[in-house]
Amino acid sequence: MAGSTPASLTAERPAGAGAAVAAAPRKQARFSPGREAWRRFRKHRLAMMSTVILAIILAAVLLGPLVWQVPINEIDFAAKLQGPSWTHPLGTDDLGQDVLARLLYGGRISLAVGLAAMMVACVVGVLIGAIAGMSRGYVEAVLMWLADLFLSLPQLPLLLLIIYLFRDSLKSVFGPEGGVFIMVVAVIGGLRWMQVARLVRAQILSIREKEFIEAARALGASPVRQVVRHILPNALGPVIVAGTIDVAAAIIAESTLSFLGLGFPPDIPTWGRVLFDAKDTIDIAPHWALFSGAAIFLTVLTINFIGDGLRDALDPRRVL
Amino acid sequence: MADTLLDIRGLKTWFKTDDGMVRAVDGVSLHIDRGETLGVVGESGCGKTVTARSVLKLIDMPPGRFEAGQILWQGRDLIPLSPEEMDKIRAREIAIVFQEPMTSLNPVYTVGYQIAEVLHQHQNLSKRQSIQGAVEMLRLVNIPNPQKRVHDYPHQFSGGMRQRVMIAMALSCKPKLLIADEPTTALDVTIQAQILELMQEMKDKLGMSITLITHAMGVVAETCQRVVVMYAGKVVEEAPVEALFGNPRHPYTQGLIRSIPRVDRAAAQKERLEAIPGTVPSLMNPPAGCRFAARCKYAMDICSREPPLKEVGPGHRVACVL
Amino acid sequence: MSRQYVIRRILLMIPSIFGISVVLFTVLALAPGDPFSELAANPAIPPEVAAALRAKFGLDDPVWTRYYHWLIAMLHGDWGFSFASRINVETLILQRLPTTLVVIGAAQLLAIVVALPVGVLAGTRPYSIFDQIANTLAFVGFSLPTFFTGLLLILVFSVQLDWLPMVYRTDISGAGWQWYWEQFKQSIMPIAVLGLFQGASLVRYVRSAVLDVVRLDYVTTARSKGIGERSVIARHIVRTALIPVVTLVALQMPVIFGGALVTEQIFRVPGIGSLLISAMLSNDTPVVMAVTFVLSCLVVFFNFIADILYGWLDPRISYR
Repeated sequence: MAGSTPASLTAERPAGAGAAVAAAPRKQARFSPGREAWRRFRKHRLAMMSTVILAIILAAVLLGPLVWQVPINEIDFAAKLQGPSWTHPLGTDDLGQDVLARLLYGGRISLAVGLAAMMVACVVGVLIGAIAGMSRGYVEAVLMWLADLFLSLPQLPLLLLIIYLFRDSLKSVFGPEGGVFIMVVAVIGGLRWMQVARLVRAQILSIREKEFIEAARALGASPVRQVVRHILPNALGPVIVAGTIDVAAAIIAESTLSFLGLGFPPDIPTWGRVLFDAKDTIDIAPHWALFSGAAIFLTVLTINFIGDGLRDALDPRRVL
Repeated sequence: MADTLLDIRGLKTWFKTDDGMVRAVDGVSLHIDRGETLGVVGESGCGKTVTARSVLKLIDMPPGRFEAGQILWQGRDLIPLSPEEMDKIRAREIAIVFQEPMTSLNPVYTVGYQIAEVLHQHQNLSKRQSIQGAVEMLRLVNIPNPQKRVHDYPHQFSGGMRQRVMIAMALSCKPKLLIADEPTTALDVTIQAQILELMQEMKDKLGMSITLITHAMGVVAETCQRVVVMYAGKVVEEAPVEALFGNPRHPYTQGLIRSIPRVDRAAAQKERLEAIPGTVPSLMNPPAGCRFAARCKYAMDICSREPPLKEVGPGHRVACVL
Repeated sequence: MSRQYVIRRILLMIPSIFGISVVLFTVLALAPGDPFSELAANPAIPPEVAAALRAKFGLDDPVWTRYYHWLIAMLHGDWGFSFASRINVETLILQRLPTTLVVIGAAQLLAIVVALPVGVLAGTRPYSIFDQIANTLAFVGFSLPTFFTGLLLILVFSVQLDWLPMVYRTDISGAGWQWYWEQFKQSIMPIAVLGLFQGASLVRYVRSAVLDVVRLDYVTTARSKGIGERSVIARHIVRTALIPVVTLVALQMPVIFGGALVTEQIFRVPGIGSLLISAMLSNDTPVVMAVTFVLSCLVVFFNFIADILYGWLDPRISYR
């Protein structure tokens, strides 16, 4: 038997089911990566809708208190636990405080915690991932073991434990608001870096040997420069996606803490805290719990949908 | 054509993509007679695999769909059949062997189970009888120690051995037609020869027909009685194997035959291997008329019209004005 | 699956538990001040108990000695004494643990029963109407924080409809089926909250795992065998898609425990999670440490179970 001889010298790839489809040439028009990503993002209808809704929430939280100038802590027992009305569009709480004003103000903190915790997670994750990816041998092994270990830690109990142990001393240093904020952000962020670290490391491993990195190395680029200039931009898509999901997770984590009575103090009405205060009167004043819960839910849902859209746009290979 | 098993008439299998309709198979007609080996050759993406899968309706729909044509199996059109009716044809009447033995077997089941599954389904055998049947099939395809190997998982077999398992699986219900979709492409050269030999042997033993899909002209010359050459979703030439190699009429066929590397000639005359210039046209918006015209050195004005398939010898048809 | 594989997995648990104990102890050691300082001031605690605890933890020894003593004590099952309820911590935990395990187990079962068929159906029919609805609901499901879902269920089924009891009671009287009926009724909501939250993410996992498997070559092979679409899906798609799902479920384990904690708190289920919260609110450090440690060990243990399942589902694993 003569063995096989290619019918032609055009590249013959061993292709499976989609052979014919794959062989069809790519679309002629070429977009820049950003335009292409935007084109794909726009096709995700729920993500587009979520972007609009989230933008409205953000605007409300940032600008709302300027427009709706009702104080958040004006106690009025005569008007306590009232349902929605013209004077109090979202009703009042058990002290007669305006729920809308409190939610607008508290939203700033909830969202700030989410964003700040995400940044902590990303910075720590990128650092550890980059170190693990660039250094071979035991440093890499230890860091990745650490990541696995952190992934198997029960986050919420640990979060509670740390807050339980450190709360008082931080409060005394940074004051009740600043102390809790710093601690919540640091702890939530510090427990969510693993995903980003894994992504960055995987990206580094996969492109470390590619030609353009070899070229950069040959030209004498330092490892730090290699990472910052050449590797991170390639890892950016997955990291952005993971970061988006992290914002949602951090908002949930913060509201969970507040809901358990272990987060922000009562005078700082984060959404979780408002819900915590509202839960005991849910039978007589359901609006109070519903509005604060809905604020958390809507924010988290839209962020998750945007994350999904971004994944379609930036990281099309991954499905999860 | 007194005894035609399969008769494909004007088959069009198209795929809907984000960017438009891909006409992977665009009006293909071919037939297979009882007991013969038909070679289907062409470059990657010429539609030969899609044609093969269309016969067993293994195309995912959507995105694929049958736009037109008939697939007559012993005179009965397969296209309108329900999935249940189709399942009675699959493996029992028409079986298929795929290109990638490494991925075509399910990694979580023993090879014995995967062969027995077919027997259990189509031959009303008990589980134990099916496993026994699987052992027999493994023995038939020359896998040593089949009693023991039947309980092994695919990852414990080499590529060539897995392709033997695939053939055993395909032949377990003694089908009338075996479609082999590039069965040797992913294998080492020495193993390729063994697999082709095995298929020849099986054909003699079981008296079936074979459709061998390949891009290797050498394989076609050695194994087939008749050859269909496909280009960009269409049949461009169809001929008995001697006629095709002795008197290729279509410029594309001529190019294919000239691009077979020949060690003797290359060494003696310092001749460069001839390649066909250019690439396969887009199947999204295929050029009107002859699809090969853009790469054809004989191209002329008339080629902008669709060339009909015309008879140039006994059983020899070509879609070219020349 | 080889015995070797199981043994290796068991041995691998040891460094994980060791690592977790180090993390926990580090947190405790880093905590500013003396975690037992309140003991001296607390009149409810006999001075000899405080002294014994101080001695046991050897608060004036160097850190590693303290860690060593602490670890030895934990391994001996000598977990200290609860200040608040005045019984041994291990007794307390053993009282509470079964409830938590039942709730988590039932919730996980519910999640699987719901998510598996939905995920498979959605995955085998990608982008169909069913898939889009299932996908959207899944997003809603895991964007709804458990504490909010819990409150919503209470609002609807306890407050509005009055079908189900609002909180979990341990003192249900009656015997026979009456008792079981009451137990069942009060368990519905905690299990549903946890189960649906888990189920929502599970749907996404199953769907994407199925999507990954559907396009593999051996599925086409299976179809070509004429064994019927149902067999193809059940034997060849679902069976292999389950392999990555098991890993993802294991990775979700810490989240499940977090969710259980919140759920127990909302419905006042007397499990290990509500024990943790109440211990924190009453500064019961030995209980806090022990519960956190137990939760971590449970996560490690369930990861081990997942590994075993993984090895059983994928014959390639145990040969590696």
